[in-house]
Amino acid sequence: MGSHHSEPEPWVIHRVRALESLLIEKGLLSTEVVDKVVQTYEKDVGPMNGATVVARAWVDPAYKQRLLADGTAAIAELGIGGRGGGDKMVVVENTPAVHNMVVCTLCSCYPWPVLGLPPVWYKSPAYRSRAVLEPRKVLAEFGVTLPEATEIRIWDSSAEIRYMVLPLRPDGSEGLAEAELAALVTRDAMIGVAQVPSPATTR
Amino acid sequence: MNGVHDLGGKHGFGPVEREANEPYFHADWEKVVLVMNLVGMAKRFYNIDEFRHAIERMGQAEYLNTSYYEHWLASVSTLLVEKGVIGREELEARTKELERNPDTPLSDRKDPELLERLMRVVRKGTAEKSEPSPAPRFKTGDAVITRNWQPPGHTRLPGYARGHRGRIHAFHGVYILPDAHAHGRGRCPEPLYSVGFESGELWGESAEPQQRVFIDLWESYLRPEA
Repeated sequence: MGSHHSEPEPWVIHRVRALESLLIEKGLLSTEVVDKVVQTYEKDVGPMNGATVVARAWVDPAYKQRLLADGTAAIAELGIGGRGGGDKMVVVENTPAVHNMVVCTLCSCYPWPVLGLPPVWYKSPAYRSRAVLEPRKVLAEFGVTLPEATEIRIWDSSAEIRYMVLPLRPDGSEGLAEAELAALVTRDAMIGVAQVPSPATTR
Repeated sequence: MNGVHDLGGKHGFGPVEREANEPYFHADWEKVVLVMNLVGMAKRFYNIDEFRHAIERMGQAEYLNTSYYEHWLASVSTLLVEKGVIGREELEARTKELERNPDTPLSDRKDPELLERLMRVVRKGTAEKSEPSPAPRFKTGDAVITRNWQPPGHTRLPGYARGHRGRIHAFHGVYILPDAHAHGRGRCPEPLYSVGFESGELWGESAEPQQRVFIDLWESYLRPEA
């Protein structure tokens, strides 16, 4: 199942072009629309949005409290909308005792407003099948090994609620400014398959 | 439906393979598919539940052998034809024509009004908001058991969580029931809950230690557990 982004049959290319040309002729699409919409997804929504939210929560305890109580409203406070701005967001907090991890076993639901377009592995049958059954094994493949006493909470996004993980603030980040903290936060940490590295190890 | 899309707990897919510095798209046609789906939903030719179910209806073997955007392509083309936006025959004819003459240019034109309308949808999202009623039957902490049934149509109760005991973790609000909405049976809004399951309840002796799974489930998926 490793070839999930292999070259498609040329038929797929012709099929898509056939649909595209018919929709254009019916006044429902233009190539300009395709370009502009894609540009928005590539440039304006992405993990930097989520990282901004995480860094703010790390430096501002009152904001963190609002974020965990009502993710949708607290994220909107920072002016982050983008595609799927209407989705209800729930933010789950990692602590030394609890580690959270997000999956969608039935399709590939993902918090687009804060993380942008999902990576291929998140949509793969391997991740979707295993995250709920053997999360510790999956985490180990991602390089994360947690103590047995740490509770792992898996969030299977089966409805229109979207989940984002608030990762643990790394050791050695005490003196960093908010923007520097945001730069440390990775997409995978906000999905819950990675921890945010200590700044000492990334410099 | 008990399709291969319902992947939770399945074996045999190997390790999770990651691509370093993965691009957002691996081919230009994927971008077109993404935007065509946005058009389909923005114009209300179909809804998100019909979209998901049309992916589930594609061939089961084909589902596992194709990529995410190929799933989207299958769904978008199925629905645009079923909803009468595009004729089945004109789609087949156009596809064959382009196979013969791949360099045929698109009869493109600028459409500022269409662009503005779609960008509004991109900014706003297509998600439905919570509805005011009906009132929730369960409260946080209530013990529940999920239904054990095998609906042949669309549902969002994963197979691995059927007939299992869990606890209401949170009430999310009242949302459109996908089981009805995917089949043209209206919105049928129902209370939606986050339900927590102990891993041992779901996976028995194979469960990893100290693990819980939280699933968002509609009220009709749940029964009170005495």
